[in-house]
Amino acid sequence: MRLLTHNFLASNVKGVSTGYPLALEVAKTSIKEVELNVDFLRGILPKIDWRALFAATSAAGFPELLAAEQPPEAELFAEGAAAVEGSAIRRLHHALLEIHVEEGTLVCPDSGRSFPILKGVPNMLLHEDEVRH
Amino acid sequence: MPRPEVQAPPEIFYNESEARKYTTSSRIIEIQARISERALELLALPDDGVPKMLLDIGCGSGLSGETLTEHGHHWIGCDISQSMLDVALERETEGDLLLADMGEGLGLRPGVMDGAISISAVQWLCNADKSSHEPRLRLKAFFGSLYRCLARGARAVLQFYADNVKQTEMLVSFAMKAGFAGGVVIDWPHSSKAKKSYLVLTCGTSSVASLPKGKGENGEMCSSDDDGDDDESNDDQTVGTYGRNRSNKRQKVNKKNGRGKDWLLRKKEQMRKRGRDVPADTKYTGRKRKTRF
Ligand SMILES: C[S@@+](CC[C@H](N)C(=O)[O-])C[C@H]1O[C@@H](n2cnc3c(N)ncnc32)[C@H](O)[C@@H]1O
Repeated sequence: MRLLTHNFLASNVKGVSTGYPLALEVAKTSIKEVELNVDFLRGILPKIDWRALFAATSAAGFPELLAAEQPPEAELFAEGAAAVEGSAIRRLHHALLEIHVEEGTLVCPDSGRSFPILKGVPNMLLHEDEVRH
Repeated sequence: MPRPEVQAPPEIFYNESEARKYTTSSRIIEIQARISERALELLALPDDGVPKMLLDIGCGSGLSGETLTEHGHHWIGCDISQSMLDVALERETEGDLLLADMGEGLGLRPGVMDGAISISAVQWLCNADKSSHEPRLRLKAFFGSLYRCLARGARAVLQFYADNVKQTEMLVSFAMKAGFAGGVVIDWPHSSKAKKSYLVLTCGTSSVASLPKGKGENGEMCSSDDDGDDDESNDDQTVGTYGRNRSNKRQKVNKKNGRGKDWLLRKKEQMRKRGRDVPADTKYTGRKRKTRF
């Protein structure tokens, strides 16, 4: 599971209000490089919950990777920034798309229900009495 | 052979050996790839070359998702069968995978997905596979959550195999109740084998424009190397358009209250109370939008 996916995931347990963000406990990560695409990042940024992403990067063992507050777009998307090692956009790209949580747990902030992550796949299946309907 | 849905629940039917059999059959690989290409075409994403974030519902072993990857998109797939997901992992599909039951509702934040596809999966929702399963509630949870997680104006294209007309109507009516506009596009309606039905849904448009035309509607047949040409006609003929304009009685009652600006403002207030992040009200809120078809 990439941290981008984590940023979009919410718990669906009956009775929770937002079920977001899911707290992340990480036992194992892996890194898979992918090509940076500035336009994709520009499109996805408005949908990112920066705080949740920042917390997730720290939980995954990269507390220094991102700034605690979202950098201004002018900085992120500055001309040529994508080519500069360590630039804000390179860090964002790495955080969203290259860090994978392989083993760990997601914890619903409202109900405390935990969802195991095995082989990179979160198990979001609910028990009968947790289903909303 | 009867269809899989009538044989066993999906997580039982798609066990380890079936998952492997499914994913090594060159016939199945080819069919699923072709359906996925068509679904992506019907999704009508902006032609700007920018990768999108898509959802693949009932992604299985990743055959459908591979088509999304080939087109450069990122995707999240969810499936109820661990065995199918295991095969997807073995095949190192690019998408992120979730073990989840769509009938429980999709656990995703509102408005985050640029589009969704589902290939040969949603018909499973019409069955009650456990004593606790009530298809109507599962359909409601599924379409409601799908609607919420899509960005405004985004589409979902769900290819399905219905047992009968009633099942198709059931899927359509629950999609409409969730707020979608759209309908069913049928390719190759005259061929029992090649016939494919796609539920083409748009999120957040106030009126229904026309649906794309199905392939082979005029009686031409589908051969394996000829997908027919659907480009010759500008005619906006649709195959069953549904939506709020042709709403059923129940929705008409709702309509008295209007799903207009007031309804929207009320709804937004409700969402705020539930602690959701809701955009501020502006003069644009609840404004009619141009349809994107
Ligand atoms: C015919 S396979 C198609 C898989 C993939 N989309 C493809 O094109 O190859 C149908 C898939 O739907 C999944 N499925 C059925 N019911 C489901 C549910 N309630 N939630 C999630 N997935 C489900 C099955 O486990 C199976 O993997």
